[in-house]
Amino acid sequence: MFKEKPHPEEERKVRANDREYNEKFQYANNCIMTSKYNIITFLPVNLFEQFQEVANTYFLFLLILQLIPQISSLSWFTTIVPLVLVLSITAVKDATDDYFRHKSDNQVNNRQSQVLINGMLQKEKWMNVRVGDIIKLENNQFVAADLLLLSSSEPHGLCYIETAELDGETNMKVRQSLSVTSELGDPNNLAQFDGEVICEPPNNKLDRFCGTLYWRESKYGLSNQNMLLRGCVLRNTESCYGLVIFAGPDTKLMQNSGRTKFKRTSIDRLMNTLVLWIFGFLVCMGVILAIGNAVWEKEVGSLFQSYLPWDPPVDNFLFSAFLAFWSYVIILNTVVPISLYVSVEVIRLGHSYFINWDRRMFCQRRNTPAEARTTTLNEELGQVEYIFSDKTGTLTQNIMTFNKCSINGHAYGEVIDTLGAQSKRGQRLDFSFNPLADSDFCFFDQSLLESVKLGETLVHEFFRLLSLCHTVMSEEKSEGELVYKAQSPDEGALVTAARNFGFVFRSRTPSTVTVQELGRPVTYTLLAILDFNNIRKRMSVIVRNPEGKIRLYCKGADTLLFERLHPCNHDLMNVTSDHLNEYAGDGLRTLALAYRDLSEQQWEDWAEQHRSAERATDCREDRLAAVYEEIEQDMMLLGATAIEDKLQEGVPETIAILSLANIKIWVLTGDKQETAVNIGYSCKMLTDDMSEVFVINGHTVQSVREDLRRARERMMESARSRDGGKEEEMEGWVEGCSLANGFSGGGGRGADWQRQQENKQQNPVPPPLPPSTLLDSISGDFALVISGHSLAHALEADMEQEFLDTACACKAVICCRVTPLQKALVVELVKKHKKAVTLAIGDGANDVSMIKSAHIGVGISGQEGIQAVLASDYSFSQFRFLQRLLLVHGRWSYLRMCRFLCYFFYKNFAFTMVHFWFGFFCGFSAQTVYDQYFITLYNIVYTSLPVLAMGIFDQDVPEQRSLEYPKLYEPGQLNLLFNKREFFICIAQGIYTSVVLFFVPYGVLSQAARNDGIPLADYQTFAVTVATSLVIVVSVQISLDTGYWTAINHFFVWGSLGAYFTILFTMHSNILFSIFPNQFCFAGSAQNTLVQPVVWMTIALATVICIVPVLAFRFLKLDLKPQLSDTVRYTQLVRQKKRKPGGRGGRGASGGAGGLGGGAMGRLGRTGSRRSGYAFAHQEGFGELITSGKNMRLSSLALATFASRHSASWIDTLRKKKQAAQPGGGESSPATAPLSTSSSLLGPQDPATEEAANTPLGPACSSAVTPTLARSPGADSTGGWAISLGAVQVRVYRGKCFASLTPYLVLVDTQ
Amino acid sequence: MMASSYNAKEEDGHLSGTPGPGVVGADTSKKPDNTAFKQQRLPAWQPILTAGTVLPAFFAIGVIFIPIGIGLYVTSNNIREFEIDYTGLEASSPCFNCSQSYSWNNTKPCTCSVSFTLDQAFEGNVFMYYGLSNFYQNHRRYVKSRDDRQLNGDTSALKDPSKECEPYRKNVKPIAPCGAIANSLFNDTLALYISSNGTQIEIPLSKKGIAWWTDKHVKFRNPGGNNSNLAPVFKDTTKPVNWAKPVYELDTDPENNGFINEDFIVWMRTAALPTFRKLYRIIQKKGMTPTLPRGNYTLLITYNYPVHSFEGRKRMILSTISWMGGKNPFLGIAYITVGSVCFFLGVVLFIIHHKYGNRGNSSDIPS
Repeated sequence: MFKEKPHPEEERKVRANDREYNEKFQYANNCIMTSKYNIITFLPVNLFEQFQEVANTYFLFLLILQLIPQISSLSWFTTIVPLVLVLSITAVKDATDDYFRHKSDNQVNNRQSQVLINGMLQKEKWMNVRVGDIIKLENNQFVAADLLLLSSSEPHGLCYIETAELDGETNMKVRQSLSVTSELGDPNNLAQFDGEVICEPPNNKLDRFCGTLYWRESKYGLSNQNMLLRGCVLRNTESCYGLVIFAGPDTKLMQNSGRTKFKRTSIDRLMNTLVLWIFGFLVCMGVILAIGNAVWEKEVGSLFQSYLPWDPPVDNFLFSAFLAFWSYVIILNTVVPISLYVSVEVIRLGHSYFINWDRRMFCQRRNTPAEARTTTLNEELGQVEYIFSDKTGTLTQNIMTFNKCSINGHAYGEVIDTLGAQSKRGQRLDFSFNPLADSDFCFFDQSLLESVKLGETLVHEFFRLLSLCHTVMSEEKSEGELVYKAQSPDEGALVTAARNFGFVFRSRTPSTVTVQELGRPVTYTLLAILDFNNIRKRMSVIVRNPEGKIRLYCKGADTLLFERLHPCNHDLMNVTSDHLNEYAGDGLRTLALAYRDLSEQQWEDWAEQHRSAERATDCREDRLAAVYEEIEQDMMLLGATAIEDKLQEGVPETIAILSLANIKIWVLTGDKQETAVNIGYSCKMLTDDMSEVFVINGHTVQSVREDLRRARERMMESARSRDGGKEEEMEGWVEGCSLANGFSGGGGRGADWQRQQENKQQNPVPPPLPPSTLLDSISGDFALVISGHSLAHALEADMEQEFLDTACACKAVICCRVTPLQKALVVELVKKHKKAVTLAIGDGANDVSMIKSAHIGVGISGQEGIQAVLASDYSFSQFRFLQRLLLVHGRWSYLRMCRFLCYFFYKNFAFTMVHFWFGFFCGFSAQTVYDQYFITLYNIVYTSLPVLAMGIFDQDVPEQRSLEYPKLYEPGQLNLLFNKREFFICIAQGIYTSVVLFFVPYGVLSQAARNDGIPLADYQTFAVTVATSLVIVVSVQISLDTGYWTAINHFFVWGSLGAYFTILFTMHSNILFSIFPNQFCFAGSAQNTLVQPVVWMTIALATVICIVPVLAFRFLKLDLKPQLSDTVRYTQLVRQKKRKPGGRGGRGASGGAGGLGGGAMGRLGRTGSRRSGYAFAHQEGFGELITSGKNMRLSSLALATFASRHSASWIDTLRKKKQAAQPGGGESSPATAPLSTSSSLLGPQDPATEEAANTPLGPACSSAVTPTLARSPGADSTGGWAISLGAVQVRVYRGKCFASLTPYLVLVDTQ
Repeated sequence: MMASSYNAKEEDGHLSGTPGPGVVGADTSKKPDNTAFKQQRLPAWQPILTAGTVLPAFFAIGVIFIPIGIGLYVTSNNIREFEIDYTGLEASSPCFNCSQSYSWNNTKPCTCSVSFTLDQAFEGNVFMYYGLSNFYQNHRRYVKSRDDRQLNGDTSALKDPSKECEPYRKNVKPIAPCGAIANSLFNDTLALYISSNGTQIEIPLSKKGIAWWTDKHVKFRNPGGNNSNLAPVFKDTTKPVNWAKPVYELDTDPENNGFINEDFIVWMRTAALPTFRKLYRIIQKKGMTPTLPRGNYTLLITYNYPVHSFEGRKRMILSTISWMGGKNPFLGIAYITVGSVCFFLGVVLFIIHHKYGNRGNSSDIPS
């Protein structure tokens, strides 16, 4: 970090096995250092950093001012005590953080790796690995640095890595060494290797590497395909050798991990602005008082000199005024107390702990609690307006389950009765008859199993197809313990289904597939795989069964498959089609299955064509497609499958609640449009009630703009038809809009105003509205689906405003096929133009950019890699926890922080401004009203803890209420609780209090005498009276502000008062005075003052005068314009009172039910007419890999015996075979090997599907989905919520209800 | 505060699938404890402002404050207080001559006498105050210009007063008592005579008990303990510039001499406001007769203290005392006012609540 590089590296030259040569370049070694300090540098560096904070420097400046005797109006310790306290708290925190960083650095740096030194493999610590070293990696080891793969134990120099740490993808990736180096098998040869790599300088691009290897007078191009990056894990590869190219801080992992952008909350920014204003205010006050001082010194002070001469350097009133200014700056500085920042940090830390401790955000299954990774953003969680969510792994579990199927017109798996409200799911099917069954698989329809057992041919054929037509790999670790490695989870689900129903796919070779059919092993000869791609949307296999019959099995999207069926399937097709519609309506992903018998002749002919197409050099793809097309004709329909892309638990409910809380949810996914839309439906983002779902799918700027415009027009139309009054303006605008492409919108509209407009939507809107506001006022349910390539155009500068306006008018926005960068751009766009708080949630590395650019980033932990979590500010393992994070924790945090700030500014103004008023009576001499110890301790002892307790523990309504009434979230979004207006109110209240606190004692004490005749108007009595009144008034005020009095609050409030009096009497005691007479000159004041009834009457009077107006205002506000939270709170109170006679009856039931809130919706209540739930998260090219045998690590095989039941695993088997087989052979052309896993295919979308998705649904399928609360009138004993949820959800929530023992009663509204 | 997002520990944490040492501990549940504190379910009192609590509070304040106010007002009104300004800036004033010749070290004291009449008798102990106006005893530089160690009898501070005393710290020899406060000690003497049948009878004035007990016994002490002969103790010091006599000659009574002279102590207790009064003497009640009966009185002033220069005023105040102290109409009036306002507010809020309040119906919660 501190090393300065003379000039940035332009290219990197690395020579293998030549440390001397490489040392010339002074490349970084493999030691990483994320820590900032060591023992010696800690103090200076940390102090330096801390004094970079403006606040700290400011207080240092004050401290210096106080050392000048002519200015010093306060003793130096009034500033230094808090300052030292603050600095040391921060320093301790920094030190602990750094200590842990040191520890983790050490741990990583001391990992062992095997380095080839002088031809010998030696153990070295990671930190000692140098650029140019060759290191050996073994299976399951972390890659120590960025390596160029030289050779591997596997054929063709292949090796497999898992890049979860790096990019979050859990699937394995293949890396391959150059063929020249892969031949250098053993260490001896490698030790001789002296190639030189010249490549790009260190950078953070994970998917790109560009370099050249010079060896033996030849040049070899290097790409990312040859690289193993630090952070990856070697898998399924015995060992490999690599040349270190980048080490330590230069590795792509470290380059990527740079410093995270320091996020600040809007409250932070507001606070900083306010603090600046307060400084301004402070200077004004100082100037006023300095002028006063000048006048006073001129008019009075100069005459008074016989009693009080000027201090030596002062020779005229102007200079005196100048000094007075600084003196007053010192005195009045407490309006910006140093403890503000510390207190804010402490409160946030407390809130973070509450998040970490929340059991309802703990995922039992993954054993992961929620984690607040940054402690600085909590209150912003209460202000979120936009959520950007990833799909896979965030909304969905990325687990596919075989849910239903239709075989030969007969639907299986339908176990929900017609009401849709209750489940009749019986037992899970018992697959114990099948020793190879996967125990995790569950299916509930007995009839399907019976059909299999009865031997219905078509049912058998159905499952046979599923067990044959796929590209899944199997691994059998031990007998019967099959593990499938599927490229797409859909396929895995289908093959697993077949497996459980008795058609067990056991193993495959490039040309055979072995299936255990109802206990009987059958080996099919695999003649061809007609691979999947995005255009074909189907895949087929052609197999020859043991009897010699050739059959083509095909599965794919129904729309495409149905066109290729034999005409005699017409009736079956209609039935199946109905079933498919039903499945699609349930949000399931469907595939249609078909087969075709081929004669030997047909096969021969086709095979010939296929071969020639394969050999073709030009348009190979097209030719192949045409050939495939030819054979996939006249097929016989078998049926259809329905796979549930399992949503994470509670996703629809969460989304429903969040949208009730006025949070807009945008899904940004890399998935295909169909999949995304499908999920949109199944998680209820899109519903059939929606007026329209716009799909924007254009490939050109023009068409995208056209689409957007059309969408807006449609929205206008609907608004117009709904609300005739606005017609004309709308029309005018629509025209204007279509003329002008992309208005450069007025970005600075406050959210408040927009909201007002929204509320006003029923009233006539004043004419000169900015167009976007008009759009905002549209209340119809619209949704927007936009694909990545359209988004690219839409995000261009001239169209972004247009896009944003359209998108923001929609209830739901789904962006599919977006790149990580686009995700970030969308977030930035909303951030920039909407001035709204955004939250991004995701789980994979592709979400990192989005998570980093949003105001708040949330990572889903415990699933894919941890990149997202590392970049995130909060992490938990289930999407549904988001509602709790926002609606409960966020809301409370915001509320608490706002209340804290209001009170904090109030109390400091009340405290400080008294000096201002006193200035007019003490000749503007900067005499303080209070004892200096009081000034020192006021902020750190007397008033800090009660407000901290409020800031940490306060609750306005109990947690389940905020889930029940999501509208409670709105004040945060509108920033109602703490804004400039509220700030001024607080300040005004503080100033009012200070006036009362000064002038009431002034009025009383100036004439009063004690009952022994001694006047009370001496300075010390006055000081004690004002200070005591102040402490009491602010304590009463905090009592009013605190809405949730826990024992801790009581302790702190009473304790602070107690501490005040204890310290007061101690400070004023005779003993302390006799030890330090000059320091404790207030000796006896407390005793003498506080025994006087007049003093207490003054205090009581001041308190009442301060509090009564506040009380009256609050009461009026509550009574006339209650906030929702007030009403809820009040209702709660009423209910509690009603409940009391009944005792604890309904308590148990209340707990988790709040979570249902608006989520009571029929999970399966919708019957859709929408088509194409087709989805197939598949990548092209695996068919080729299989048939080429490349990924099977053998090139020429004797396969006949392969299906041996005793093979432990296909890898091992093949490995054994490989020993015998000669290497080479086969068609190994690494350059063309389609191993790339990047899914950049953007095929044109199927128009039919698209249209189907566009068609709005008829009225028939109206809403069982409306997210309203169903409150049961009778209130049975288990909790009075009738929930029309699917069975699963109900069960889950019931369980929760019983489990929780929250002390709040609620729930049953008996009216 | 800046965090590096790379943390090797976390990198390790993900090794779940990797066989290797140290991947135990996964079986220990990380489930947070189910304590009321951690789950934010601490039992709590949740007060709420309702008509049922606020309105009674207002009425209660009214009901409590108004009688107290009346009581205070009546008590205050029963206190006799008499005040007379003897600054003598007007030519007609008997002290005009004295006020014109202002100098600290007049060898010949200037005296003047002011006559006045008390219309009502003063019962009980009567307290005599002197009052000063426009005198900034609360000025920052003035307030700090003292050395409490010195005044507490610390001999080292006697020799070397605190720097705070500048410029009245040393006058060749260290000044005792040092500082601007002590230097400006009020040094008029007042004597009160009652005219009875043409003869002036001096009224005995007690000078004991005019200072705080703590000041007299704790805060102020003469150096050298209870030495009745103070002159040797102060021999290395000099008197404040403006004083006529050194500190050990303030009184003849050793209990009231030196730093523990009560007049001095009273002066050293600085006033909070520029117009203030300080207790000067007490006229003890004697028997059943009024302490100061109706009649004509003469105040004899030894006029030493110049206030003319800064437009100050000097007053003499006679006052009786009640249980709650001296005359103080402000407190009573303030209590009555505040009580009435609260009561009135209570009524207004009650009306508003009944007319417009929409709280009672909880059914309007939008769900």
